[in-house]
Amino acid sequence: MIELAYSRATDAADAIRRAEGGNAKYLGGGTNLVDLMRETVEVPSALVDVTGLSAEIGETDDGGLMIGAAARNTAVAEHPAVRARYPMLTRAIVAGASAQIRNMATVGGNLLQRTRCTYFYDTDGSRCNKRSPGEGCDAIEGFNRIHAILGTSPHCVATHPSDMCVALAALDAIVHLRGASGERTIALTDLYRLPEDHPDIETVLESGELITAVELPPSELAAHSTYRKVRDRASYAFALVSVAAALELDGDSVADVRLALGGVAPKPWRAWRAEEALRGSPATEESFLEAAEAELAEARPLAGNAFKVDLARRTLAAVLQTLTEGARR
Amino acid sequence: MPIIINGREEPVPADARVSLLDFVREQLELFGTKKGCNQGACGACTVLVDGERILSCLALAVQYDGREVTTIEGLASGGALHPLQQAFIDHDGFQCGYCTPGQICSAVGMAEEVARGVPSHVTVELDAMEIALDHDELRERMSGNLCRCGAHNGIVDAIAEVYAGAGA
Repeated sequence: MIELAYSRATDAADAIRRAEGGNAKYLGGGTNLVDLMRETVEVPSALVDVTGLSAEIGETDDGGLMIGAAARNTAVAEHPAVRARYPMLTRAIVAGASAQIRNMATVGGNLLQRTRCTYFYDTDGSRCNKRSPGEGCDAIEGFNRIHAILGTSPHCVATHPSDMCVALAALDAIVHLRGASGERTIALTDLYRLPEDHPDIETVLESGELITAVELPPSELAAHSTYRKVRDRASYAFALVSVAAALELDGDSVADVRLALGGVAPKPWRAWRAEEALRGSPATEESFLEAAEAELAEARPLAGNAFKVDLARRTLAAVLQTLTEGARR
Repeated sequence: MPIIINGREEPVPADARVSLLDFVREQLELFGTKKGCNQGACGACTVLVDGERILSCLALAVQYDGREVTTIEGLASGGALHPLQQAFIDHDGFQCGYCTPGQICSAVGMAEEVARGVPSHVTVELDAMEIALDHDELRERMSGNLCRCGAHNGIVDAIAEVYAGAGA
């Protein structure tokens, strides 16, 4: 780590002022950024601590929830309104990392965590277009069991590692931003860019722009939701495949559905095609599998991760089956 | 503001790069807290901050001024071991002992989370505010602390004795 300046912001406007000029980074819980600095993947000259900004979780006027970006992961997961009205979000958060890390990590930081691609971390030994644009990618021909099958490019196959964001993508979460030119909101699904020919640019955030809150719109559907994560060990591992799903039945058919996939793409992957295929379809395993196939039709597996296509297909169908059985009880 | 370590006020390090782990070990010479992976994967560096368990290797010390940090050295009161320390001895909850301070601090923080009703990955009913610390809950909640000697069974027994009764 190189020497750096540290300061603590008192509010969002103060944070933005402090981050102006130079190569400053906003610091939340540090669970990803401190590690990346130690590995010299990130080399900021200044850190602006934003953990003192709003961590409040409160009701919105239209019956949703507003979550301050400094809220810790544990605080979101244990909040009674999240547990009751957005259970997939609690399930997703407690499926991620360890309790110690969830106690530290903030919501804003979770949204902006970097990929866990091992080649991205290997500054001395590997080429990486995300770390050093134009250098090449050693993952595409390398050990790519953990890498993406959807939304990849010839330049990058890294996945977004978050569990929480997969649920947020399915919940139509809105990200509140503040920058030098003012405030704006953006759908979480639009926050992230696919790698294309610039895998180093991961979001649509402008320079110095700060995430101040994440808003959950009201959703009756979300009360009937869950999250399933498939990983190499029972706990404390990143997802090979994960599914966030909410389902509402009308008799024996699907009235409405929200679906997102984790562990398979460079961003939290909202499964729009599968949702479209399912609305009005019979709530049967057959149509769940067909919908998953529609979503995965454009999957481009690598030598080491072809198993993810079938795993994602079956996990998606299994989660929908579980929700269907739950709705009929 | 100073940082409070085991009840003593200590000035925050001037260099922002110093982790809370390196601060307590190298500057305060509290060697109980261990550096395992130094990248948030093993839990050996677990300490309590205002009663919550965190990983001191991923924490920059400057972020913790005004906060109360408890390390393994701060758990015993006077000459008496913390009940969990005694239970680890009674149940052979370690071999080499390197992960032990992290395991014990983590379990103390875990007990507080369970008492508060924080759900885990294996909690079946999310609206249940009372959580029984059974075998699956205990193992899931302690999954952030690795033991490479293979003492996990003794560790689970020790924690169960203090916090879960005989059921875990």
